[in-house]
Amino acid sequence: MSHLSDDELTLLHYGEAIGDLHLDECAECRERYDSLRRVLAAVEMPAPERGAEYGAEVWGRIESRIEKPRPRRRWVVPAAAALVLLLGSAFEAGRFYQAKRQPARAPDTGTEERILLVAVGDYLERSQIVLIELANADPDAALDISLDRERARDLLAENRLYRQTAERTGQAAIASLLEELERVLLEIEHAPSTMPPEELQKLRHRLRDDGILFKMRVMGANVEKL
Amino acid sequence: MEGTDGELVVAAKAGDSGAFRELVERHGARVFQLACRITGNEQDAEDAVQESFLRAHRQIGRFDGHSSFGTWLYRITANCALDAIRRRGRQSAAENPGQEVASGDPTPERSALSGEIRDRMELALSELSPVERAAFVLRHFEGMGIEEIGQALGCQPGAAKQSVFRAVRKLRKALEPLASGVKCK
Repeated sequence: MSHLSDDELTLLHYGEAIGDLHLDECAECRERYDSLRRVLAAVEMPAPERGAEYGAEVWGRIESRIEKPRPRRRWVVPAAAALVLLLGSAFEAGRFYQAKRQPARAPDTGTEERILLVAVGDYLERSQIVLIELANADPDAALDISLDRERARDLLAENRLYRQTAERTGQAAIASLLEELERVLLEIEHAPSTMPPEELQKLRHRLRDDGILFKMRVMGANVEKL
Repeated sequence: MEGTDGELVVAAKAGDSGAFRELVERHGARVFQLACRITGNEQDAEDAVQESFLRAHRQIGRFDGHSSFGTWLYRITANCALDAIRRRGRQSAAENPGQEVASGDPTPERSALSGEIRDRMELALSELSPVERAAFVLRHFEGMGIEEIGQALGCQPGAAKQSVFRAVRKLRKALEPLASGVKCK
């Protein structure tokens, strides 16, 4: 008799799989299942209670931002350009300095990678918001993406700067992710302002199949560790 | 303002800010609790709550009504909570024990837990990555299906499932030796 794996028991516990018949017949699996249930029953993650007035407090904090749409961040691209310029200059200066002092020593690529990762961290976060909004949209209805196209256009300008810097400083993983993201953003920028359901569905599939959001999260996690 | 969530959503889609306010008031506390469980930190949770409602307001025109408004909102919240963790540059609040959330009122089950189990649980939770923690919270406390968790976290269902599995394995490894005295629900 083949036994249920731990993962199968987990699915069973959460009602995502059917295996009750096997449990009726197999004492060993039943014992493991009971043990799992005991563990999960013991898991608690207490969170402070908020009173009935809490929602009104939240509304008070967000009301002004809801009534007045935030202006587009026109400063973002110039700021990114300045940052990239600074990074590039630091990189070249570092290479020059190192070449004069220690010609045989390789540049400290770890530091450069960390600087670039930090710089693109916020950028990836903003890009994710656009992609997630589209990925979670109703797949059966046409969607007005005029705002997303506008945001994609802004993000594309930044993306090119970061990607070129990543390529120039030899950071292939970042460059590759940014290149992938650039393709998706281009697709969004060039899509019609009202995206038909079939096009939206294609984009959703592509986002999932390429796993780009997942890769962006992994890169974001690397930023966290810095 | 009276009305079901569905009625309020219709009104909010039409630009009625009073209707959206009512939705914020109804769901605020629960959104906070979910954000708190994922971030493990009150300040991050507060940031996530605000961002969740702002994002929900921006996207409400896209809410299709296939799920309840609450489920849709909690998916957004999970995402905002992960963003909040990332912004703070920490893996979980458990790495900064001094800033962890204050415990809520003890439940009968909680009272029954020994201090040792609680210590082990805190240690086990601190070993979960943010995505594992979020996936586990959505499955275990919010009862979301794997597909929905994938949508909330922006990954494929397979990756969401693996995150839940990894979280359960870690919790099991830490708690199993001590959990034998706890009664199953």
